Amino acid sequence: MHLLQIKNLKTYFYTTDGIGKAVDDVTFSLEKSETLGLVGESGCGKSVTALSVMRLLKEPPARIVNGQILFDGTDLLRRTKKDIKAILGKRISMIFQEPMTSLNPVYTIGDQIAEMLSLHEDLAKKQSWERAVDMLAKVQIPSPEKRAYEYPHQLSGGMRQRAMIAMALACNPEILIADEPTTALDVTVQAQIIDLMMQLKNEFGTAILLITHDLGVVAQTAERIVVMYTGKIVEEAETLAIFEDPKHPYTRGLLQSLPNIGYRSFSRRQPLHEIEGIVPSLYGLPQGCSFHPRCPDVMAICRQTAPKLVDIGDNHNVQCHLYP
Amino acid sequence: MTYIIKRLLLFIPTLIGVITLVFLILHAIPGSPATRVLGEFATAESIAEFERRLGLDRPLIEQYIDFVTSYATGDFGESYRTGEEVIDQLALELPYTLHLVTAGMIIAIIIGVGLGIVSAIKPNSLLDNIGRIIALLGVSMPVFWSGMILIILFGLKLGWFPIIGAGDTGDVPDILHRLVLPAFTVGFLTSGVIMRMTRSSMLEVLDQDYIRTAFSKGLADTIVYLKHALKNAAIPIVTVIGLSFGGLLSGTVLTETIFARHGLGKFLVDAILWKDYPAAQGCIFVISLMFLVINLITDLIYGVLDPRIRHA
Ligand SMILES: Nc1ncnc2c1ncn2[C@@H]1O[C@H](COP(=O)(O)OP(=O)(O)OP(=O)(O)O)[C@@H](O)[C@H]1O
Ligand SMILES: [Mg+2]
Repeated sequence: MHLLQIKNLKTYFYTTDGIGKAVDDVTFSLEKSETLGLVGESGCGKSVTALSVMRLLKEPPARIVNGQILFDGTDLLRRTKKDIKAILGKRISMIFQEPMTSLNPVYTIGDQIAEMLSLHEDLAKKQSWERAVDMLAKVQIPSPEKRAYEYPHQLSGGMRQRAMIAMALACNPEILIADEPTTALDVTVQAQIIDLMMQLKNEFGTAILLITHDLGVVAQTAERIVVMYTGKIVEEAETLAIFEDPKHPYTRGLLQSLPNIGYRSFSRRQPLHEIEGIVPSLYGLPQGCSFHPRCPDVMAICRQTAPKLVDIGDNHNVQCHLYP
Repeated sequence: MTYIIKRLLLFIPTLIGVITLVFLILHAIPGSPATRVLGEFATAESIAEFERRLGLDRPLIEQYIDFVTSYATGDFGESYRTGEEVIDQLALELPYTLHLVTAGMIIAIIIGVGLGIVSAIKPNSLLDNIGRIIALLGVSMPVFWSGMILIILFGLKLGWFPIIGAGDTGDVPDILHRLVLPAFTVGFLTSGVIMRMTRSSMLEVLDQDYIRTAFSKGLADTIVYLKHALKNAAIPIVTVIGLSFGGLLSGTVLTETIFARHGLGKFLVDAILWKDYPAAQGCIFVISLMFLVINLITDLIYGVLDPRIRHA
């Protein structure tokens, strides 16, 4: 059984511009203790997918119109709000892109971590605080006993993201959803945070859904990669397969736009290359395959019908007319 | 800590400023106070006699220093009308006003903050619209009108509450009973502004990333709204509560007249009608002092609410 399985998820935004299909029939699963990379350009629906799982979308304008999110054998979309709240933070937790604004400015970081523990672990105040300090030590924040009394504005971006990770992992959840956890940070700090997450993942056995628009981030960390474009999955495969033998023209484009990251087959130097064109608006998606205006391999059929996701073997799925 | 000390030290010059303004009330108005008190047809001798008796013939700076020192020592002078010490009279009136102001403020905060939160949680819902209508009524209805409506409805028609007087000192249930209608009159007036600020401030905060974080922790909605959101939204709300205190005080003055209650409001109106300058000055000073204290409290609350202010 999969740890988390998202099946035919459709999350739409109902706005005055029309219906935005931010997540349109997305299916993938996350296995126990696995790191899964969810990759795609800005606006392709990565965050909305994650927020759908966490039920953190504002409804309206958002609405989950179809699908199942299977966790622990039951469909989270059919569970009561109370059930969901018991799962959030305790068994599935999330860290966000913006460490600067994701912590509450008027409470100490110790308080914010301890709050999680006293809520889910039924601990007394003092014990929650001690565990919070332990967690801060685990994420390698120096002098954690002292830092626990500090407010977010007293910490640097990297330190705040460490505090967020400490909070997210405080109750030892089975799943950690990390939505672009390093995008807002300096390059050196990025590497430290990713290392830290991987180290803790090995220690706790947490499964991680690592969302990023940067294939470089998932290259060394993820076992499998899901590539999204305009709300749909265009390719899904093991990390090695994505890097060695990408099938979808979009995935190839993403890889070519990646600076040399020292991945084996990528060590031959190539000029940096951007995918041409821009991501179309959700409210005016092109007919047929939504990638066709930017696609170097476009065919006549691409302009008329949308391709289906097909399994081309070895757990490699791709949604493109090149692979009928 | 230094923030508190800094703020307290700032209180002293403000206080001197207020005393100066109160002093100027008497002297900035054209013409001699004597003619205003004694009337147009007073003889030159009686005017001279009046001015000498009150020291108004001395140089202005001398009078000013005298005024500040006597105010600083709690000497507000004697009433022209009764000859009693103004401070003693004020001490008698003050409790009635404090009761009304406090009760009015509490009602305004409960209605304003309560409705504001409910409105912000479900914007554009039925409750939100009802809340906004109530706020609009609160802001736009003058106290003499809302006071009258309350008197007619709950005083005369239903007979639930007395409509005149503030009750005897010491009889607590009676005082509270008589406080209900005037307190609602005053509170309702102020609740509208508070409600609107609470709503907009909460709406802004509820959009912040850390609220999404709070929900992602699995916290109950009420905890997210009241603990995580309200504390962040509180600074503009506290500011507006502090600022609307002025309106609340003037509403209190009118309300005391409508309900024929004792208090500073009625005292001030009488003092002005009788051209009793020392009484009016003393009263204005006490009212200003209340305003200053509220401002001080507001600033101290900022420090409690926001660590960034405390550490600045
Ligand atoms: N509140 C909203 N109202 C309307 N449309 C929205 C809203 N939030 C997101 N969308 C739409 O959903 C699409 C997907 O957004 P999402 O945040 O999931 O993108 P993303 O892949 O996470 O991008 P990024 O890398 O920028 O975080 C966007 O293109 C946007 O049009
Ligand atoms: Mg995103």
